[in-house]
Amino acid sequence: MSEQTGTSGVELKYMVSPDDFTRAGEASSKVKNILKQMGISPDVIRKVSIAMYEGEINMVIHAHGGDITVTITPEEIRMVLRDDGPGIPDVEKAMKAGYSTAPEQVRALGFGAGMGLPNMQNYTDEMKVETEIGVGTTITMSVHIEG
Amino acid sequence: MANFYHSVRLDESLCKGCINCIKRCPTQAIRVRNGKAVITSEFCIDCGECIRICQSHAKLPTYDSVDIMKNYKYTVALPAPALYGQFNNLTDVRVVLTALKIMGFDDVYEVSGAAELVSEISRDYVLKHKEYWPIISTACPTIVRLIRVRFPNLITHMLPVLPPVEIAARLARKKAIEKTGLPSKDIGILFISPCPAKSTFVKAPLCTDKSEIDGVLAIKDVYPLLLGPMKQAVLAPEDLSISGRIGIGWGSTGGEAGGLLSDSYLAADGMENVIHVLEDLEDEKFHDLQFIELNACNGGCVGGVLTVENPYVAQAKLKRLLKYEAVARSHLDMTPVEKPHWKNRLQYEPVFKLGESLLENINKINQVEQLCNRFPGLDCGSCGAPTCKALAEDIVRGKASENDCIHILREYLKQIISPFSMLDKDLKRGDANEKEEEE
Repeated sequence: MSEQTGTSGVELKYMVSPDDFTRAGEASSKVKNILKQMGISPDVIRKVSIAMYEGEINMVIHAHGGDITVTITPEEIRMVLRDDGPGIPDVEKAMKAGYSTAPEQVRALGFGAGMGLPNMQNYTDEMKVETEIGVGTTITMSVHIEG
Repeated sequence: MANFYHSVRLDESLCKGCINCIKRCPTQAIRVRNGKAVITSEFCIDCGECIRICQSHAKLPTYDSVDIMKNYKYTVALPAPALYGQFNNLTDVRVVLTALKIMGFDDVYEVSGAAELVSEISRDYVLKHKEYWPIISTACPTIVRLIRVRFPNLITHMLPVLPPVEIAARLARKKAIEKTGLPSKDIGILFISPCPAKSTFVKAPLCTDKSEIDGVLAIKDVYPLLLGPMKQAVLAPEDLSISGRIGIGWGSTGGEAGGLLSDSYLAADGMENVIHVLEDLEDEKFHDLQFIELNACNGGCVGGVLTVENPYVAQAKLKRLLKYEAVARSHLDMTPVEKPHWKNRLQYEPVFKLGESLLENINKINQVEQLCNRFPGLDCGSCGAPTCKALAEDIVRGKASENDCIHILREYLKQIISPFSMLDKDLKRGDANEKEEEE
């Protein structure tokens, strides 16, 4: 993890290692603990950690890892999840609840419920997906800090 | 702060200032300062890990002496189910209960009896509150304290029901008053406990105003006093038992969950595992789970620091003891419980917060990160903090200084010394030149 000092923000960087399920969720867990130390409201922490965990898992499963940059300012918590993976062919479809590319047998085991991206959108106030086939995907999400 | 009463204290004369306890503490509550272990009261959750790990026996659990019995005209023993797992070849719980009376108690009320009532109350609560699934057990006071300081988002999942020992104390007191006609103050309700966290519960209960328990005795103190009386009791055991498999099962991991008569649960024990489960639950990784049973000690209550038997052996002994027991012997329709639910809502205590305002905290987090980059990242503990990050946080909180890190200090000393070492080199060179000239 590296950090940059801003006068009004914290920037945290994390590498997401490819194909290692035992480490998936490490970054979101670290961010969660930092947010608790900062006295961020539990509700905001919940949104950030769930959205970021979903994103992190997606990066491990689909994109062979990548990196995550989290910026915390008094107004919002912004997460940028960047990978050099295969890209998402149809973003609109992928954003639909229940849509999944996982085969039926895999879904029967409880994987690929098609809730990853929709959940990320539900738990954040803003979300932008930039993707190019064969190049990679960058997802920018932000959760507003109220009051 | 009454809200942060604790059941562990330090014998300073025995503390060597080693780093075992600071490393083991799950909430990083301990620091070694001036050569002695100091607990940050707000961080401590009474788990007993430091008591367990301290090789010098400097960390002592707080509980009452058996002499407390003398303070009351009439005493009732509340044996924890974990007590039954301490004895070899015990096949009849009544022997232990009768022995408690021979030992000097006027009456006995099994905590496991109240546990069966709590199981019934919990079953009803779980079924009626699907919106809070999975519901987290709250019988272990350490778990309640852990969630209070670290998992604010899980507070709504907590089972808001008083622990069996508190229900047992209320029922026992009522029974004693009815039987003796004595005023309440003359009756001593004494819990025979596997862990000191229960002392904390009694002295500073979080979700009820006042505990009905008058004293907490240690299983390890009562155990030797029971061995003699048990030999006598085995000849004519009194029928004092009010519990069966469900109640006694509460003594080890999985027992409480088992009492819900549902398969949809998980049961975890040991601080590290418990924290892992709570972290996962916070990230909503569990689906279709009704109940989560958590115990701070390995093996459940049988693993408490005030027990004498190895927790896994005790678990095996309990299992054997339960084989021929009835499923349950206490039922709400026979023994109704008034107001078994939490009176007060649990409040989140953000004790790990670095500062007050968000701007201040942004600043402080940046300082912590900068300091961490300067430290070697060995987490050696020589500074008295468990990790480099913990030291950085202490510095930002104004409780430590950079030079507490021996690696930073060494660099600093090197800097101070370097002009002298240059001088030293110059002198040596001078000597060499003189020698050359002589030659």
